[in-house]
Amino acid sequence: MTTLADRSPLPTRSRPAAVIWVRRNLLRTKLDVFLTVAFGAVGLLVLFHIFRFVFITARWEIVRVNLKLLLVGRWPVEHLGRIALVMITLGWWGGTIGGLIRAGQLRRGTADFDLRGWAKATDLGRRFGLLTATCLLILALSTTSGPWLLAAGTLTAALIGRWGGSKIRSMPLAPALFRLGGVVLLATPFILFLYLVSAVAFARWEGFLFNLTAAAAGIILCFPLGVLLALGRRSTLPLLRSLSIGYIEFVRGSPLYVLLLLANVSLEFFVPSALAPSKPVRAVITFTLFTAAYLAEIVRGGLQSVPRGQEEAAKALGLSPYRQMTRIVLPQALRNVIPAQIGQFISLFKDTTLAGLALGTFDLLSGGQAITQQDSFRGQGLIVESLVFVGFLFWVGSFTMSRESQRLERKLGVGTR
Amino acid sequence: MTIGATATRIPIWRNVRVIAWAFQLVVFSIVAIIVYWLVGNYRVNTASSGIPTNFDFLDNPARFSIPGSPFDGNQAVRAAFGVGILNTLRISVVGIVMATVIGILVGIGRLSTNWVVNKLSVVYVEVVRNLPLLVILVFVFLGVVLQALPRIENAWRPLGLVVVSNRGIGVPWYQSGSGSLLVLIGMMGIGGWWVLARWRRSVSERTGELARSGPIGSAFFLLAIVLGWFLLGLQVSLPRVDGRTIAGGIRVDPSYFAVLIALVIYTASHIAEIVRGSIQAVSRGQGEAAKALALSPFQRMWNVILPQAMRVAIPPLGNQYLNLIKNSSLGAGFAYFELTNVAQITVGNGSPAVPAFTLALLFYVVISLVTSAVVNLANRRFALVER
Repeated sequence: MTTLADRSPLPTRSRPAAVIWVRRNLLRTKLDVFLTVAFGAVGLLVLFHIFRFVFITARWEIVRVNLKLLLVGRWPVEHLGRIALVMITLGWWGGTIGGLIRAGQLRRGTADFDLRGWAKATDLGRRFGLLTATCLLILALSTTSGPWLLAAGTLTAALIGRWGGSKIRSMPLAPALFRLGGVVLLATPFILFLYLVSAVAFARWEGFLFNLTAAAAGIILCFPLGVLLALGRRSTLPLLRSLSIGYIEFVRGSPLYVLLLLANVSLEFFVPSALAPSKPVRAVITFTLFTAAYLAEIVRGGLQSVPRGQEEAAKALGLSPYRQMTRIVLPQALRNVIPAQIGQFISLFKDTTLAGLALGTFDLLSGGQAITQQDSFRGQGLIVESLVFVGFLFWVGSFTMSRESQRLERKLGVGTR
Repeated sequence: MTIGATATRIPIWRNVRVIAWAFQLVVFSIVAIIVYWLVGNYRVNTASSGIPTNFDFLDNPARFSIPGSPFDGNQAVRAAFGVGILNTLRISVVGIVMATVIGILVGIGRLSTNWVVNKLSVVYVEVVRNLPLLVILVFVFLGVVLQALPRIENAWRPLGLVVVSNRGIGVPWYQSGSGSLLVLIGMMGIGGWWVLARWRRSVSERTGELARSGPIGSAFFLLAIVLGWFLLGLQVSLPRVDGRTIAGGIRVDPSYFAVLIALVIYTASHIAEIVRGSIQAVSRGQGEAAKALALSPFQRMWNVILPQAMRVAIPPLGNQYLNLIKNSSLGAGFAYFELTNVAQITVGNGSPAVPAFTLALLFYVVISLVTSAVVNLANRRFALVER
């Protein structure tokens, strides 16, 4: 195959690749020369200040001393073992699901085989390198060996789960056993949640743990309401449709912060006083009701993406309207909107910080502000160090999730059809 | 017994329309029962603790003052809400304009062939988009405005035009009292711009000469402002440090400044992504055709690509504007007296919480509905008419 490079002018005339690259990417026109110099100077200055701050002037001991406080708040030390156990189990759980998905892809022939050895390693590095680096950073900040053991245990459990998950698909097991396995996998997060709550009430979940669990709880709990609202909005029944539209538009038009403030001071008026929930629970209720409206719009998009023929075919097979929806249309619709749901999860994950401001709960951000008021750090202006750490944790989480969701989007082929 | 009469008549429990209405009534009554239960609880609980449920609190004296406004504590809560709404609009409008400009520039930068510009834009968008707004806000407020800016005694005064300190930022402004004259001049300038642009366009259509309505119109606008300024003898008021406050010019409150900057930084990163996507949605041939017509890079972007990209961008942009308006409620946590903060303070002063916050919510919902109506209208006006 002849390319342009093969027919390029005589070798004596050609310049080193670097020079060509610089000319093409930095100095193409006069305007480019100016932009390169101006923005290059600004960029270098910013980079210099960031490096100087991170490696020289920053006093990271405020983070090191308060690491536990930031991550799990005032969680009782005697129950930290439960968190460790939960993390190891979650590692196994995630690994098993990953293995099952992988096995399914292999069976259907949709797995990407072209990545082997070094290519596979760089791909994994690009996807999870940042996350791994963050975990290592937190481990490096810790003062005891416990977190290291926990990380090693979680990783081992994940690898075992992944190996087991990919094997289990090909085993000659009875369908009933498969179903049982599916139920166990689905129930695992709830069982783990109950296991933790039985030791420490949700009202006392603090720090990054609160942000993560509140976002997860909000996105899971909003599902029934969100799907019902989406179906209601698309329904031809006028009463249902106007109810759904009214709810969706009202919630989408109101700021989450004001809803949280309202929940903070007045949720106890709307339920019998014996049922008045704690502040973290109020936050989760608000997140659930709030996200349901957004989920409804996402699911509506998914329902619109399912071709009409699917529903008509289901009808022709004599399925009842309920089964048409739950067996044919909804599974396809929900599959199509997984990336958008991840996006919603990311934005809820970021919005959990509002709970700290509106309700005064102790989450990662409000904790990060609070630690600068401790006796040993007060008045030393360490807010920047603390905020950089807090922001970095949120950033790594959101960035990794949004990258993975883009990857998933490409794999599902959403938007290309 | 005749067959026809019974066979064509569908029994009532199999009639689709009856089933549909019955189903709706069941759902509706479930919702109604839940709402009834909630409202009943609310009635009982508020009555037992003696909290009013009506809007009479709006006429009570507010008992707090709002910095940067003539509002004082003896005026009614109603007036405080008015000031809050104005402050919300003030930060939203300025924020929307700034975020749009920065967002478009960064969005174009993300597609630039210049490596430095490209990478800087990518880093900016990827960093800011994945941070919670509140983290940015706390950072700007506590880390930059209150900590990095100098105290008022040794404020920065670059060129003597601006005063920068952690008690506020003073910028040059027109002498107070001449605002209406300035508006008049500005309106005359804009009117002249419009007339000139129309004239140039008609000339261009008749003769094929370049219209250049942009440069000519804006030159006229500037000329009108400068001429009017000197003819009417208007004065610029420069900010200066007067003891422990900033006098002269206009003082930008540190809270306003911090909330505005954070909102703009955050929203601009989202707008940049929208603009990038919309520019990429414009078919490649458009840019190539513009190049073939020997248009300059600026003309290519400004006259050919951006107008088509903006058509795609209108609905998501409208969403971002709405988000910015709603996010401005976070100003309440940073001592900026916008609507939510006013509601929060009146509740703290003893106004009933549910009516006060409901009022605030209603304002946001109404402004959302109005904005989305405007966006829909703009979308219909600019959308490509197909077949």
